[in-house]
Amino acid sequence: MTESALALSDVSFAWPGRDGFSLSCPSFRLAAGESVLLLGASGSGKSTLLSLVCGIVVPTRGRIAVGGIDLGGLRAGERDRLRAERIGIIFQQFNLLTYARVADNILLPLRFAPKRRARARNGPKEAARLCGALGLPDGVMRKTAGRLSVGQQQRVAVARALIGAPSLIVADEPTSALDTATQDSFLDLLFAQVAEAGSSLLMVSHDERLGQFFDHVVRIEDIVTTARVAA
Amino acid sequence: MILRLATQSLMARALTVGMTVLAIALSVALFLGVEKVRTGARASFADTISGTDLIVGARSGSVQLLLYSVFRIGNATNNVTWKSYQDIAARPEVEWIVPISLGDSHRQFRVMGTTPVFFEHYKYRGGRSLGLAAGHGLESLYDAVIGAEVAASLGYAIGDPIILSHGLASFTDHQDQPFRVAGIVARTGTPVDRTVIVSLEAIEALHVDWQSGARAGQVTPAEVIREMDLTPTAISAALVGVKSRLQIFGLHRWINEYPEEPLMAILPGVALQELWQIVGVAETALIGVSAMVVVTALIVMMAMILASLDERRREMAIWRAMGAGPVTIFGLLALEATLMAVAGTVVGLGLLYLGLAAAQPWLDATFGIWMPIGPPTLREASILAGLVAAAAFVCLLPALRAYRLSLADGMMVRI
Ligand SMILES: Nc1ncnc2c1ncn2[C@@H]1O[C@H](COP(=O)(O)OP(=O)(O)O)[C@@H](O)[C@H]1O
Ligand SMILES: [Mg+2]
Repeated sequence: MTESALALSDVSFAWPGRDGFSLSCPSFRLAAGESVLLLGASGSGKSTLLSLVCGIVVPTRGRIAVGGIDLGGLRAGERDRLRAERIGIIFQQFNLLTYARVADNILLPLRFAPKRRARARNGPKEAARLCGALGLPDGVMRKTAGRLSVGQQQRVAVARALIGAPSLIVADEPTSALDTATQDSFLDLLFAQVAEAGSSLLMVSHDERLGQFFDHVVRIEDIVTTARVAA
Repeated sequence: MILRLATQSLMARALTVGMTVLAIALSVALFLGVEKVRTGARASFADTISGTDLIVGARSGSVQLLLYSVFRIGNATNNVTWKSYQDIAARPEVEWIVPISLGDSHRQFRVMGTTPVFFEHYKYRGGRSLGLAAGHGLESLYDAVIGAEVAASLGYAIGDPIILSHGLASFTDHQDQPFRVAGIVARTGTPVDRTVIVSLEAIEALHVDWQSGARAGQVTPAEVIREMDLTPTAISAALVGVKSRLQIFGLHRWINEYPEEPLMAILPGVALQELWQIVGVAETALIGVSAMVVVTALIVMMAMILASLDERRREMAIWRAMGAGPVTIFGLLALEATLMAVAGTVVGLGLLYLGLAAAQPWLDATFGIWMPIGPPTLREASILAGLVAAAAFVCLLPALRAYRLSLADGMMVRI
């Protein structure tokens, strides 16, 4: 069996504060090179799960391994480093530092990940290649990110996630800010580049229609139980 | 790249950042301005008199004597009789002695009666002598030699007639005895620039018709006065130079114990020190106030950074998601604060020099304080460096808060 790009076992987590939202995930696995769509309604804990996977928040219990490395065994700084090296992240929207140039946005994760930087070899050149492949106009690299349309910003976010070919791409409803026509072309481009980089893809969404593009579709309620303690 | 991003982030918030920078700049300009004026005033005062070993006057306070005899500030409460003056002049220790008689004025400037030796022995700024920019010294009875500032602000040239006034700020003129501008002293940056110098005899001549402050009925014609014996009966003070510095204290003692009249001799340097002690309190208060202004500006900056954090949570989440650790977030905010402080310092220095350039002539004219415009001194530079360090320190709080927020938000900030 191939090494898992991502493996969760016995994980539980609770947000501090009055909402008291808590979640537990007995088992979840994502194989290397696989693409999985995680479906769930709004508020079902999808983003929380991704925060856990990315090591931005720490589970109270259980084991999360990215590329075989247990996040629980790492210190905070090492977790940040692992995230930079191995995970490309695409948010729903407002992905970019709007005041910075597109080039700087794309190259930002490399700043924190020397191995990934080495893999990308010539960073600016690779960034330009990705921009071209994702159908962004020429000269976009020098533009200020905030000036781009939402669709263009999302594609820049894809380029940023893919630069240096991290082994896992995590996307949190990246298409929900786009209209249906753009959604499809966006996903086509995303999949082409993910395949080229050989990365695994974990995307969360509430939109069942997207299922057709993925290797597997998983409903969040099948892998995660959530609770909300009224305070 | 981080530096560039931090700068761009600041640029994107140009208005608030600009206001903060301006607040810092103003506080820096104020603080350094106070510092410059303070050291400038000290240097200027210290430069006013050199080469004079003792100043002699009627017994009063030493600071008072220094102020009226050298700086033309305040008044002599009592005079020194001509007899005492001659007794001192006759002492073997005395190398030279210059009498000074004050009390009259011309417009806003003071009149000083003295002898031509004044021009020989009065030294300023480390031993420099007075030089004439035009004309000649005191030769005839109604000659007046005026300071550079007097000439400049009243527009006088050699040969112009001038009327002196009795007392200070009075409306009684010595109309019947006009003087003539005989010479103009080259600019010195000392109170001499604002003084009208006449001979001791001229002061005597002016007061021939005056008895204890009131004008007598008749007016003595000038021709008659010229023939009179104009040896003064009293003077305000005298500057003394001794033959050997070792003799200063002996003479000092002799004058203070002079039996015929209560006299006082002061060493200019010592009196100046005393003056600084008095002024020191005000100086400290001024420095304190301007330091508070600097602290206020730093707090303004901190408040501004804190206020911006909420709207920048998204930005922080992006940095975190890209792999930036808390140290980076922390460093980013510290960098922003430092950049603002540096910008504020640079703008503040610019404002300071602009202000100095604008205020220099006025300070010189009004207070006789000549402020040289030079690069920041080591002390000022270290104050500025301290300010930048304080700015970096002050942002610890916002940085800590940013880090906490980024932890609590997870990676998806809800908007
Ligand atoms: N930063 C947070 N702090 C506290 N509670 C949070 C935070 N983020 C999310 N939650 C809680 O977790 C619940 C699930 O949110 P989320 O994971 O964003 O769901 P989804 O992404 O599926 O819409 C929310 O309803 C909220 O109560
Ligand atoms: Mg979500």
